[in-house]
Amino acid sequence: MASVDTAVEPSDSSASEPEIGGVRRRDFINIAAVSFAGVGVVATVFPLVNQMNPSADVLALSSIEVDISAIEPGQAIKSSWRKQPIFIRNLTAPEIEAANKVDLSALRDPETLADRTQPGKENWLITLGVCTHLGCVPLGAAQGEIKGEYEGYFCPCHGSHYDTAGRTRKGPAPTNLEVPEYSFLTDTVVKIG
Amino acid sequence: MSFPWAQQYKPATEFGQWMDDRLPVGRMIYNSLGAGYPTPRNLNYMWNFGSLAGVFLVVQIVTGIILAMHYAANADIAFDSVEHIMRNVNSGWMIRYAHANGASFFFIAIYLHIGRGLYYGSYKAPREMIWLLGVVIYLLAMATAFMGYVLPWGQMSFWGAKVITGLFEAIPLVGKPIQELLLGGFAPDNAALNRFFSLHYLLPFVIAGVIIMHIWALHIPGSNNPTGVSVKGKQDTVPFHPFYTAKDGWFLGLALIFFTAMLFFMPNALGHADNYIPANPLSTPAHIVPEWYFWPWYAILRAFTFDFFFVPAKLLGVLAMFSAILVWFFLPWLDKSPVRSGDYRPRFKKFFWFGLLPCIVVLGICGGAPAEEPYVMLSQLASAYYFAHFLIVLPLLSRIEKPEPLPNSITEAVTGKPLPEAS
Repeated sequence: MASVDTAVEPSDSSASEPEIGGVRRRDFINIAAVSFAGVGVVATVFPLVNQMNPSADVLALSSIEVDISAIEPGQAIKSSWRKQPIFIRNLTAPEIEAANKVDLSALRDPETLADRTQPGKENWLITLGVCTHLGCVPLGAAQGEIKGEYEGYFCPCHGSHYDTAGRTRKGPAPTNLEVPEYSFLTDTVVKIG
Repeated sequence: MSFPWAQQYKPATEFGQWMDDRLPVGRMIYNSLGAGYPTPRNLNYMWNFGSLAGVFLVVQIVTGIILAMHYAANADIAFDSVEHIMRNVNSGWMIRYAHANGASFFFIAIYLHIGRGLYYGSYKAPREMIWLLGVVIYLLAMATAFMGYVLPWGQMSFWGAKVITGLFEAIPLVGKPIQELLLGGFAPDNAALNRFFSLHYLLPFVIAGVIIMHIWALHIPGSNNPTGVSVKGKQDTVPFHPFYTAKDGWFLGLALIFFTAMLFFMPNALGHADNYIPANPLSTPAHIVPEWYFWPWYAILRAFTFDFFFVPAKLLGVLAMFSAILVWFFLPWLDKSPVRSGDYRPRFKKFFWFGLLPCIVVLGICGGAPAEEPYVMLSQLASAYYFAHFLIVLPLLSRIEKPEPLPNSITEAVTGKPLPEAS
């Protein structure tokens, strides 16, 4: 603390005299001031960090509508949602059967096909086209692409195989292909996001 | 530190001791902002604006780095990217307004800081180097603010860039090539916008570096004070911490109240509406004006409407504008009075308050006004006085003025009692 060579008139302020348990009036003022400043800093830092979150124009792109009337069974299309590929696949009866035959205990990420589709629309498998391993785009949606050992999708980058329900079956992918939020507006138009 | 009674740094923890033996950062902070820096005990509020300017520079750097994350330095989309910040980015409107108004507050702080130095003789021996570095900081701040103003690519941005780079065209023989070199073209465009963005990002860090030297140079002789009388002993000083940290902190709170009031209630009051019109190279705004903090210099530039023998008016204006700031570099040798503080210089005081200050206010008003009478006439008179003040009045005053008696010491000036025998 400071020392200035001038005598100070003793006043009734308790800044210099210890009180109960050695707590001075100044200790309280110090804590109050630092707390007040701390609240101010937090209130200031919040918007400065929050600006890095997705902005309004990015969030505005978060839903698309797709016309699926032209997709025959056995075909799939790639669409783009939130700047990421979406696979919309019209499953054939054998493919649905193959998916339902699998024993859940054999799966790394156990889910039934029913879990991954909407009731009454079991043939429509809508997933993100993003490999859950490291985010590459798996093959198998377009005509003539390799579908992998389980006839679903195959990601050649690190050898992940997905089955006809888009579930991970072999290779490094830890989880099934992600199913986005979607709803059928009509029988032929689906809204994703 | 040059004061033998400065408190010595003693690391409080084992780790602090370990660090102090290797990289004494704590010691440096303690000696520059802590109790290790004895400061005159009588500083008034004019001594608060240095730290305030420093805080506002930090505000500008923080908000600026954030804005650069969302801004696109491309002539086709720069204006839209600023609108994107204002409308889409979370709190973007607040961050951009803080940056735009923060520039104004930085200049308010820096002008009061300079004015304090002018009145109290802070530029005199042994503090000439602090002053010279301060002028360098000011010049860098001008360049930075100008380039930043170009970035939104509105009408004022574009025409400001055109007019200010056009100044260099006035240089005989090589003017035109220099302007084209600066712009990377024949008029402001993508090339100019990109290089201005790059330099606008760089220069604040250069300013921060010069500020470090500015403070370093300050800590050799120590701070000046309102009496201008040098510190003579321990009783003239108080440790910087807690006394001036507390005072600076309280003053910062006060300044932030004004700043946030401006930011949230009148964010566009200091701006020019024309800058919300996208840049149009084919139509000039009715009158081009810089931001308020450049109005005095702009007035000096426009005061020269006549040729002088073989020197064209345009070149005269440019030379005068640059000289108006460069004259500060010579101030420590123009004002030879041995008395630092204006408080003890009766004549200097009159010329300061009734000469220089109104002159700069008049220049400011004229610089913001359209170039028509009576403003042209007024700015000519005020420019004439401005130069006369530095080149004639101050040198003369230091020879003929009889200063008032100085107090024997700071303590005596404060307490009215003679100094006790120094311990």
